Amino acid sequence: MENIVLKVENLEASIDNKSIIKKFNLEVKENEIHVIMGPNGSGKSTFSKILAGHPSYSVENGNILFLNKNLLEMLPEERSHEGLFLAFQYPIEIGGVTNYDFLRLAFNEKQKYLKNPEVTPLEFMTLTQSVLKELKMNPEFLNRDLNQGFSGGEKKRNEILQMLLLQPKLVILDELDSGLDIDAIKVICENIIKNLPLNSSLIIITHYPRILNYLKPDYIHVMIDGKIVKTGNLEIIDILESEGYEKFI
Amino acid sequence: MNDTKQQQNLEIRQVISQPYKYGFQTEIESETFGAGINEEIVRKISNKKNEPEFLLDFRLKAYKKWKTLRFPNWANLEVNPIDYNSITYYSVPKQKKKVNSLDEIDPEILRTFEKLGISLNEQKQLANVAVDAVFDSVSIATTYKEKLAKFGVIFCSISDAIQSYPKLVEKFLGSVVSSGDNFYASLNSAVFSDGSFCYIPQNTICPLELSTYFRINDKDAGQFERTLIIAEKNSSVNYLEGCTAPQFSENQLHAAIVELITFDNANIKYSTVQNWYSGNEVGIGGIYNFVTKRGLCIGKNSNISWTQVETGSSITWKYPSCILLGENSYGEFYSVALTNNFQQADTGTKMIHLGKKTKSKIISKGISCGNSKNSYRGLVKISSNAAYSRNFSQCDSFLIGATSTASTYPYLEIASSTAIVEHEAKISKISEEQLFYLMQRGISIEQSISLLISGFCKDVFTMLPMEFAAEADKLLSLKLEGTVG
Repeated sequence: MENIVLKVENLEASIDNKSIIKKFNLEVKENEIHVIMGPNGSGKSTFSKILAGHPSYSVENGNILFLNKNLLEMLPEERSHEGLFLAFQYPIEIGGVTNYDFLRLAFNEKQKYLKNPEVTPLEFMTLTQSVLKELKMNPEFLNRDLNQGFSGGEKKRNEILQMLLLQPKLVILDELDSGLDIDAIKVICENIIKNLPLNSSLIIITHYPRILNYLKPDYIHVMIDGKIVKTGNLEIIDILESEGYEKFI
Repeated sequence: MNDTKQQQNLEIRQVISQPYKYGFQTEIESETFGAGINEEIVRKISNKKNEPEFLLDFRLKAYKKWKTLRFPNWANLEVNPIDYNSITYYSVPKQKKKVNSLDEIDPEILRTFEKLGISLNEQKQLANVAVDAVFDSVSIATTYKEKLAKFGVIFCSISDAIQSYPKLVEKFLGSVVSSGDNFYASLNSAVFSDGSFCYIPQNTICPLELSTYFRINDKDAGQFERTLIIAEKNSSVNYLEGCTAPQFSENQLHAAIVELITFDNANIKYSTVQNWYSGNEVGIGGIYNFVTKRGLCIGKNSNISWTQVETGSSITWKYPSCILLGENSYGEFYSVALTNNFQQADTGTKMIHLGKKTKSKIISKGISCGNSKNSYRGLVKISSNAAYSRNFSQCDSFLIGATSTASTYPYLEIASSTAIVEHEAKISKISEEQLFYLMQRGISIEQSISLLISGFCKDVFTMLPMEFAAEADKLLSLKLEGTVG
């Protein structure tokens, strides 16, 4: 019996009284990879922010169950602790805060929430060193300010590093390919697939099918104007490549 | 507006309005002269302290000058008129004349300092910091005096110095900030009651960090203290200053003077964490902090470095400055000023380049939230004699919420064609996206904001001595855990 990780029912949401998500439904089971595709402005990135609890969006209607808990009642940080991880399209930069301090704070907050003992700076160093090795990342990475001056590829790798440390149950990749060249996309995708935590699920949000050469999805959803209009598999890509989103409007 | 956001803003406001934890008053009998200022009071203060002739003259001259001066109104501050005749200029805890050991100090006062985290008890003193504890108008105790004396370092209250080292005091007092320098400097020069004195002899690196802890306790008393630090050739010292006051609904006046002097190759590093009571959330009460701090780099290759973390006071008017006279001397100013509720701060520095190849560096970080006003005001002056001098200034402001203001007033007076002057200024807001990112990684909103703030202040905090940096970081988080606009 496969476990349901995420169940979205009739979700309606808006920003500044403008409706963005309309009657949206989605079910994601353990170990599944879902892709949500759609043209710019279709609401796919909004959907990912709503899952993570961005304060600018209001949910007007519908339910979201995450591992059988009511996601909409949780604070953003609780959603994170429960295992929801959003890899940002544009990870933000914070000056004066080292990557290491940030990672340790995030890690320890989760341990606190799970009532596990917090790790000391030294223990955490050992832990991150092994993860960095896995990702073939330079340890010097830890001493730099959070994402500041990082290249597009470095920022995305830093997101994967965080994913590895936090061991989420559901990973949402928002427009992973933004700011990356083709070679980097390949490397990052391989890294993600290789390092995806055990029994976790993946939602990939993209408007560009290229990424699907590297991540093999179980389902592809086409999202237009705030709702999913078509669900299928790789055959959808063929339609998109020959006819574009027009076909689904 | 949506609910989540409103909820978040509400939460932030609650967190920001943390109660002031040093707001208690110590019940103690004090001896005062009663309110008011006139020549008679000035003479009485001098007489009470059994001062030499030169000091009485100094005070009287200052008082006469003060009568001719007017309150400086050029700052970006709204100050309620101050009735100088309602202030008590001399208030000391009642006790037998002079105390020779801690046992003779009123235990209430010792307890007060204990409560503030300053232990005067020899066993519990900070291992590497000597403390001069000033309570209202008088220095209560100075720790590690004897140990320092072995190195030739003099560290005592300025009242003691006037008695024991009158020549040194006469030579240097008022040599950097003259008795007629400005309205508050003149007032202080006329009525100052105590403060710290520190003398580092030649070729001496002060073996301990020195510090003064100022406590205002009396409701009606003003605190007018003076600090004088002299670093002779090839010497160096680290100096720390901390301040707190009880919570009253009236405003108290604090008008201090700090004078620093460095000779050839000497350096003084002066750090302040100012946490005077700042008034309540609607702006009632709090300290009026009008302070003149100035250093004179008289010797070649000498260095004066000011670091300040200003979180308290209802009004702060303060410009720790450096006069760079000695060739190749170096002045530094690092500042974090945080204002909340109805606090107003007009603070910055003056770097006066007079000698050749002098350098200065200014890093100022202003954080404003609530309805507060936070201004940086700084002068960089490079005179025609100061060939090949340079300055770098960086003034960053951080706004939290939509009702606070941040202003930057840089003044540049450059009279030398070989000068290099750089100025950078930046105003930023905590962005919702930054907070969202951190929260998505499981960090609560309070922690996210304090992380952002400490990142913003990092350049300045790294200049503070270790114990102070941790304290400053904590203080800022406490004062403003959480905020978005």
